[in-house]
Amino acid sequence: MNAFLIQFLQAVLLIVLAPLAAGFVATCKARLQNRRGGGVMQPWRNLRKLIAKEVVMAEHASWIFRFAPYVVFTATVMAASCVPAVLVNTPLSLTADVIALVALLALARFFLALAGMDIGTAFGGMGASREMTFSALAEPAMLMSVFVLSLSAHSTNLTTMINHALNAPLVLQPSLAFALAAMVMIAIAENGRIPIDNPTTHLELTMIHEAMILEYSGRHLALMEWAAMIKLLLFATLLIDLFLPWGMATDAGILALTLALALWVAKLFGLLLMLALAETGLAKMRLFEAPEYLSGAFVIAFLGLLTHYMLEVGA
Amino acid sequence: MSGAFLQQLVDSLAALMLLVSFALLAQHRMLSVLNWFAAQGVLLAVTAVVVAYGTDNHELYISAVMTFLLKGLLLPWLLWRVIKELHVHREVEPLMNMPLTMLIALAVTLFSFHIIQPIEKISELLTRDSMAIATACVLLGMLMMITRRKAITQVIGFLAVENALFFAAIGSTNGMPLVVEIGIAFDVLIAALIFGLFFFQIRETFDSLEVDIMQSHLIQEDENE
Repeated sequence: MNAFLIQFLQAVLLIVLAPLAAGFVATCKARLQNRRGGGVMQPWRNLRKLIAKEVVMAEHASWIFRFAPYVVFTATVMAASCVPAVLVNTPLSLTADVIALVALLALARFFLALAGMDIGTAFGGMGASREMTFSALAEPAMLMSVFVLSLSAHSTNLTTMINHALNAPLVLQPSLAFALAAMVMIAIAENGRIPIDNPTTHLELTMIHEAMILEYSGRHLALMEWAAMIKLLLFATLLIDLFLPWGMATDAGILALTLALALWVAKLFGLLLMLALAETGLAKMRLFEAPEYLSGAFVIAFLGLLTHYMLEVGA
Repeated sequence: MSGAFLQQLVDSLAALMLLVSFALLAQHRMLSVLNWFAAQGVLLAVTAVVVAYGTDNHELYISAVMTFLLKGLLLPWLLWRVIKELHVHREVEPLMNMPLTMLIALAVTLFSFHIIQPIEKISELLTRDSMAIATACVLLGMLMMITRRKAITQVIGFLAVENALFFAAIGSTNGMPLVVEIGIAFDVLIAALIFGLFFFQIRETFDSLEVDIMQSHLIQEDENE
């Protein structure tokens, strides 16, 4: 029972913290650009405002358009609750492995793209087609980089993989570095951050995520944006889980949990700060360069797989 | 430092070597190709130092210093000067698009890993794991020579093959005799100088460094005769 409670609290924590994380990144970026920024709470204020507002629907919108925000939000929340943030042995992460996680995210993406096409505007269809093109390249790369880790843990289950990483002796593993590099590239692409997509733009011909949700308003838009923020936090937590799991609680004691929570928040701060720095320093890529970027991530993940077989299994 | 840690260090350097070879193949701009080529030279020197420390082979230190000076600094600088003077520091023009080249490169790597596996099993060396990667890097350098249009990138591909061979030499023999290494180093230096002269000649005769244009030029001449 206790584990279920912690699982529930952890999921709520991720959902509540997601807008704050997005606000933190936005504030850091603003400071780096010599602006004051809207503050860490700004995404929450936006969400509250949007939820209170009236929903305006296009005349030709079908039920898919109305359903999509709920499906996208639920699938993303489900995915986020599969990822252990503080306690390693949570009930949901024991039942769902990384492949299920990717599938849940793919479900969310599928409905997002459907909703983009449903209205029939040029922007929606364009955004949906771009999203599908890029995800077809990003998903195999993500699975491949997770498989590099699964190979040494002999499991695709997140809990088993984290336990393996926690108990493994500290050795130099080049394959892990490859997997990390590929995973970071994919995380940036999947969340529509700067080299691939600009999360702050509303009127640009190269936008992807914003183009799909351009027709949404009111609480539907709030759910879509919230889901995107949760996805960002999910990927950050996944990176922490797979590559820096040290300090995570293996039992449900109060002390261990508090320590794990503090460490998780500290690691999260570090990752988000790096994201803000990278976004300030980099320029957005040309849209046609994005497939090359993603296939680069795939190549790096594949190299990780090969070096694992060549350098680590035999040795 | 313990033997296991050194082994891991050499493995990591080998993995980095493979990554740099891929990066060399994936670059679009001439100057970044050159930067990665210089990085490959520096990486080679570091590997030589680590292997020298691990095997207590003092001659390898000398060859590491030579590698650093020659392949990390001098050759990239020479090529950089040629590029500056010929004004070719724009785009690299590959014959195939990048994703396809990358896929072929992956297949080549897989192939060399497959053929080296039996050899690796009988070896007892500190660097036995890096043999496959060295072979892969040789093949990747050849792939670079095949898939580029301009003579200058082909030469960089050739020098990358030489780097990979040196890496294989460190890996399989724990360092060749110093005389051999000095000989090879000077060969490479002279080759680079001659290539540099050739570039100017080619440019003067054909007005371009593209290999295709040279061929069509020759065919035209044949027809005129």
